[in-house]
Amino acid sequence: MALLDLVLIWTAIIAVGVFLYVLLDGFDLGVGMLYGFAPPDQRAFVMNSIAPIWDGNETWLILGGVALLAVFPVAFSIIIPAVYFPVLLMLLALVFRGVAFEFRFEHAMARRFWSRGFCVGSSIAAFAQGAILGAFIQGFSVQGRDFSGTSWDWLTPFSVLTGLGLMCGYALLGAGWLIMKTEGPLQAWARQAGRVCLGGVLLAILAVSIWTPLADAAIAQRWFGWPHMLLLVPVPLLTAAVAYAAWRALGGWGGDAAPFLSGIGLFLLSYLGIAISFWPMIVPGHFTLWQAASSEGTQAFLLVGTLLLLPVILMYTAWSYWVFRGKMRADIGYH
Amino acid sequence: MHLDPLLLSRIQWAWVIGWHILLPAFTVGLASYIAVLEGLFFFTGQEHWFRISRFWTRIFSVSFAMGVVSGIIMPFQFGTNWSRFSDAAANVISPMLAYEDLMAFFLEATFLGVLLFGRHLVPRWTHFLAACMVAVGTLFSSFWILSVNSWMQTPAGFEVRDGRFFPTDWIAAIFNPSFPYRLTHNVSAFYVTTAFVVLGVSAYLIRGRTHAADGERTMRMALGFLTLFVPLQIVLGDMHGLNTREYQPAKLAAIEGRYDTARQAPLTLFGIPNAAAERMDYAVEVPWLGSLILTHSLDGQIKGLKEFPPDQRPPVGIVFYAFRIMVGIGFLMLGVIALAWWLRWHGRLFQTEWFLQVCQWTAPLGFVAVLAGWTTTEVGRQPWTVYGLMRTEHSVSPSLTGPDVLWSLLAYVVVYLLMYPAGIAVMARMVRQGPREEVMTPRPSEALQPSLPIAGSAAAVSGE
Ligand code: HDD
Ligand code: HEM
Ligand code: HEM
Repeated sequence: MALLDLVLIWTAIIAVGVFLYVLLDGFDLGVGMLYGFAPPDQRAFVMNSIAPIWDGNETWLILGGVALLAVFPVAFSIIIPAVYFPVLLMLLALVFRGVAFEFRFEHAMARRFWSRGFCVGSSIAAFAQGAILGAFIQGFSVQGRDFSGTSWDWLTPFSVLTGLGLMCGYALLGAGWLIMKTEGPLQAWARQAGRVCLGGVLLAILAVSIWTPLADAAIAQRWFGWPHMLLLVPVPLLTAAVAYAAWRALGGWGGDAAPFLSGIGLFLLSYLGIAISFWPMIVPGHFTLWQAASSEGTQAFLLVGTLLLLPVILMYTAWSYWVFRGKMRADIGYH
Repeated sequence: MHLDPLLLSRIQWAWVIGWHILLPAFTVGLASYIAVLEGLFFFTGQEHWFRISRFWTRIFSVSFAMGVVSGIIMPFQFGTNWSRFSDAAANVISPMLAYEDLMAFFLEATFLGVLLFGRHLVPRWTHFLAACMVAVGTLFSSFWILSVNSWMQTPAGFEVRDGRFFPTDWIAAIFNPSFPYRLTHNVSAFYVTTAFVVLGVSAYLIRGRTHAADGERTMRMALGFLTLFVPLQIVLGDMHGLNTREYQPAKLAAIEGRYDTARQAPLTLFGIPNAAAERMDYAVEVPWLGSLILTHSLDGQIKGLKEFPPDQRPPVGIVFYAFRIMVGIGFLMLGVIALAWWLRWHGRLFQTEWFLQVCQWTAPLGFVAVLAGWTTTEVGRQPWTVYGLMRTEHSVSPSLTGPDVLWSLLAYVVVYLLMYPAGIAVMARMVRQGPREEVMTPRPSEALQPSLPIAGSAAAVSGE
């Protein structure tokens, strides 16, 4: 019984952690993608809007990885090798976008190279994460406690679709962030860009919502089976409402924070949709959360510290956002 | 040709961790140094500390970014290439990895933003605090990751069920037998490595004249520090070796290049290991010294490799030579420090051109020693990932094929060979520019945001 509680608590913590990662690194990867399309004289602004915070945001990715290892080790040992190449792509892409902040001050050629790296790296990282999600939705071949497929199983039209979808989603969040942090022509540009991204996101959500139940009878049963369908109807309805709000917000309705907030809303609903489809599996079709859980001692030992540390982390993270609050201005130099 | 995914995975791991470790070796030390400089500025208010701190902080921010991106790659390696090991050992080591993230990485990353960009946005004491937090974060990081590694070397506080490790005693697992030695010897190595870089850069600044005064300040600091820490490093290394003799005798035998168990064992300075004949060829030995150093008695016994079945012996050559490189560098460093004091005693420290050049040439030595030390440690642990319990060949992900790993390895090789030279070039440029003449402006009024790079021309502003 005690174990059961721990697994639930951990599931909640990891779910929140992963969602925070998707939001935080999502918007700064999105900003990275938009960087390549922004008006050239505004690009320095675009990049500097995330310079002080990207590292903290990426730290949630590490937490997602090591918490999965700590709490659901067998899931980690099956899923990560199964997505060997998307993980590789993501990691290498993150190298390029991470060092670009510091490497742009060399001479012109190097600057152009690393600026491209910033945009392309952000795009590939977003794509790879979306593809990992797609591979997860499609499931893995498993034998015993090991992944038994090949390192190319992940590459399907579906995972390409989710990859592109997540790129649009992150870019939407990035546009929302820029709208909050900037003014004038750059902000107007971000509003335009945001609408394009929103279109992409909605297409992707629609495609995934049709494709998954068609491909997976269990998921179809969960969404369209009677009577829980009644309970789940609000999810697509809410999604439509938030999408409409996002469109309006990008047009200027509701203040500068509204596009970002409605973007978050869309992510939250999609995330919920995926959770509903898969609960309580962590390796779809093979391991439930409970079957994949690490020993009780491991979970308990880590939980004690996490409950102490996580609130502190959230506090100083919030504080650092507060320090860098408000619209960007050109008065101060890069450190 | 048959491509072995195990061998390639090992090469890949060595490649990525080898590059990664170079950055902690520098940033752990530099973070503490910057905290000291910020402290000096905060308490004395003297502008030159501000200038020097800004100089090193710029360099720090480059190396730190490289440390972060090369570091994020590391935990994922456990999953991609070492999934069997991850599944087996996760119950014990993963909370320590997670604590590293929670205690160290968040702290460093968040306060780094304030340290780099917040000077004008927060009060002075907060800025100083941010510098301290970054430094503390790097030390926490070292603590946890070295605990993980030490547990793999000298596992404790666990039981084995169905081939997997389960925790029984967390204190014993975290503070496993080799951990205190590895932690202290390693952190001290990082400090020494950084101090030698500071020494070298100071020498460069002194020779360049324009920033000579700042160079003299930092050289005095580095010298004082090294006078304490280089001898300490050697003492800690000796203690680390005694610990290895007790818990990993096969590794120690490889370090010593010793095949036969012996009392009154000599110290082998050099030789060529001959695995087929199980002996050292062309050995240069100092009688009794081996026993004296390793057992602190002339009559102490040292176990030889023949005591272990051949399939449980580490490769001798790599371990033997890597260890001698590290120790050689340790004594070389001692020599540089002694020279410096001798010159200082004659009042010629800052005027002796050839010595300043020596300082410049020896600046990267710490990195070499760190790599050599880790090679000794890790190759000496083979053929085990968890010493005596889980073999490396049973740790690798079963789904990987040779070509899979070959592709990923090539990708890592290409990217690292792009990133590292570029990073070094950026830092070298900062060194060449030297500390900038800038003053601590009073805190501007409101909500100023980090914005345009000041380093470049108008082109830099365009971002292209
Ligand atoms: C500046 C770097 C540096 C210097 C000058 C030295 N070391 Fe070292 N040594 C390290 C940096 C290092 C390291 C890279 O930090 C290692 C690798 C693993 C570890 O904990 O520390 C290490 C490992 C290491 C080990 C391996 C123990 C094991 O893993 O079982 C031994 C026995 C020594 N050292 C001993 C020495 C001695 C006797 C030195 C005297 C000159 C010395 N080291 C100088
Ligand atoms: C601190 C935490 C560390 C952990 C958890 C760790 C873990 C491992 C693992 C799982 C292996 C087995 C795979 C293999 O044989 O290649 C290994 C080997 C190796 N590690 Fe580490 N390592 C750590 C630190 C380091 C560092 C800092 C270095 C720096 C150079 C290093 C260098 C190596 C090398 C060279 C091998 C290959 C040994 C061989 O193939 O004979 N390790 N380590
Ligand atoms: C002796 C071995 C190691 C030490 C002392 C060490 C220490 C550090 C430190 C101090 C940092 C902060 C960044 C920097 O200073 O450049 C860092 C970054 C990182 N390291 Fe290592 N590390 C070691 C090996 C490893 C290994 C084996 C892993 C994999 C599990 C790892 C994972 C990471 C990660 C994920 C980061 C990025 C953190 C961030 O975003 O701030 N490290 N490491």
